Amino acid sequence: MSDIKKCDDHVLHKSRRKMLKGLAAGIGLIAMPGRDASASVWEEFFQKHFRELSKDELKGVIARLEKEYSTRYDKKITVKTTPPIEGVRYGYGLDLSRCIGCRRCVYACVTENNQSRTPQVQWIRVMQLDKEKGIDLSHAEHYYNPATVPEKGHFYMPVQCQQCEKPPCTKVCPVQATWKENDGIVVVDYNWCIGCRYCMAACPYGARHFNWAKPVIAAKEVNPNTHYLGNRPRPKGVVEKCTFCIQRTREQPGRYPACAEVCPVGARKFGNLLDPESEIRYLIENKRVFIFKEDLNTQPKFYYFYAT
Amino acid sequence: MKILYFARPEIVLLTMASVVFLSVGPVFAAKVKEFDRSGQLITTEKSAAELQPQPAYDIKNRQKEKTFAVPRPPFTEGAFPCSQCHKYMKPNSKPRALTEYHTEIVLHHAEGQRWCTDCHNLVNRDKLRLVSGELVDFTESFRLCGQCHGDKFRDWKVGVHGRRTGDWNGDKQYLLCVHCHNPHDPKFKALKPMPPPDRPGKAGH
Repeated sequence: MSDIKKCDDHVLHKSRRKMLKGLAAGIGLIAMPGRDASASVWEEFFQKHFRELSKDELKGVIARLEKEYSTRYDKKITVKTTPPIEGVRYGYGLDLSRCIGCRRCVYACVTENNQSRTPQVQWIRVMQLDKEKGIDLSHAEHYYNPATVPEKGHFYMPVQCQQCEKPPCTKVCPVQATWKENDGIVVVDYNWCIGCRYCMAACPYGARHFNWAKPVIAAKEVNPNTHYLGNRPRPKGVVEKCTFCIQRTREQPGRYPACAEVCPVGARKFGNLLDPESEIRYLIENKRVFIFKEDLNTQPKFYYFYAT
Repeated sequence: MKILYFARPEIVLLTMASVVFLSVGPVFAAKVKEFDRSGQLITTEKSAAELQPQPAYDIKNRQKEKTFAVPRPPFTEGAFPCSQCHKYMKPNSKPRALTEYHTEIVLHHAEGQRWCTDCHNLVNRDKLRLVSGELVDFTESFRLCGQCHGDKFRDWKVGVHGRRTGDWNGDKQYLLCVHCHNPHDPKFKALKPMPPPDRPGKAGH
């Protein structure tokens, strides 16, 4: 009796497993794109990690992306994959004694790097701080909107990705979709990011931003000069961040980042930390310099300084 | 000689003798003790050549100032060349309130201590004038400003003061001091800030 029951259980068990298996396969089949779906969906789904792509595979990926973006925005959009320049480690300087908090950098960055206009994504956040309290984040105000800046008794501190030498954000990524390149720029592969936002929780500077919805950018405002690891149009559900304008600065000759170029008071400095003649080296060696949240040992390559 | 009058003559003589001895005495290679940035005492070996006093600054044969390519200075519309009007006028170096022309210029740059011809050349109006009497073009006005603001001038030359555009590893575009600072009223003017970021929870988030 008990044997028969056991056997029955066994059969039943097996059939249930089979049933579940079949169900999963069926659902999988339904979820798969149909025959009429374009091949690019398949290609995108099975695309390898950026750093594992062979040269030919990379070419294919770039061609697919360029075609996709060009049709979406109805103009020619190039996606570069320029590698780091040998002997270059980028550093950034920001003169707190000059910054007046006008937010020109914020909007120059939005335009240059194709950030979503709605919902709003901004890679630079400018904090208004009390001169009396110093850099006391509990009294920071970033929604300030007076008729003119600077306001009396205040100073301004723009914060963006600090391109840490020991980035906590890349450590926590469960799929290694973000990493530090050889020139010190921390980048994200938007095709590999799963949108878990662990990196955002790990970043002590609030420098990473999530695309909660599909980014909306007017076609005529899209910057067609893009980099795979930088300002190419992003899909919904991925994290993005400042890349020191990787699409500009990795060229030879390479332009200054958009934020540095637009700054009306010339507070933003950029250069190669390994070049003893560079502006950034001069200011580190001759000015009063500090790095933000030094105690966390993230070792930023973003140097705040006072020129006076 | 008032100081010497009160001092004891033998001490004065001794001091003068030691000064003479130290200044003409031969220089030998030696170990030099210095403090580095972290306050640590470091000893470095220096050769005799390195320890030789540097030659004094030669005022007559100064090194020529490096030139920088800059955009056209921000002249008032139709004002330059200045000589187009000034060649019909008799140069008048007397400080006075201007009533006919240039009335829009209000001097907020060391008021009461400056007069036009401190910087503008009295005879050749198309040139600026350094303290040394050297005439410089308006495109080289940074040399004029640098006479007083030497620290800013030094920072500007290396690219730390003022805005730079162009290529970080190639051609950099410099701006003149006067592109950002009105030379007659140099304080940087307040700007209207761009809109603040959306608050979380606003529609679209």
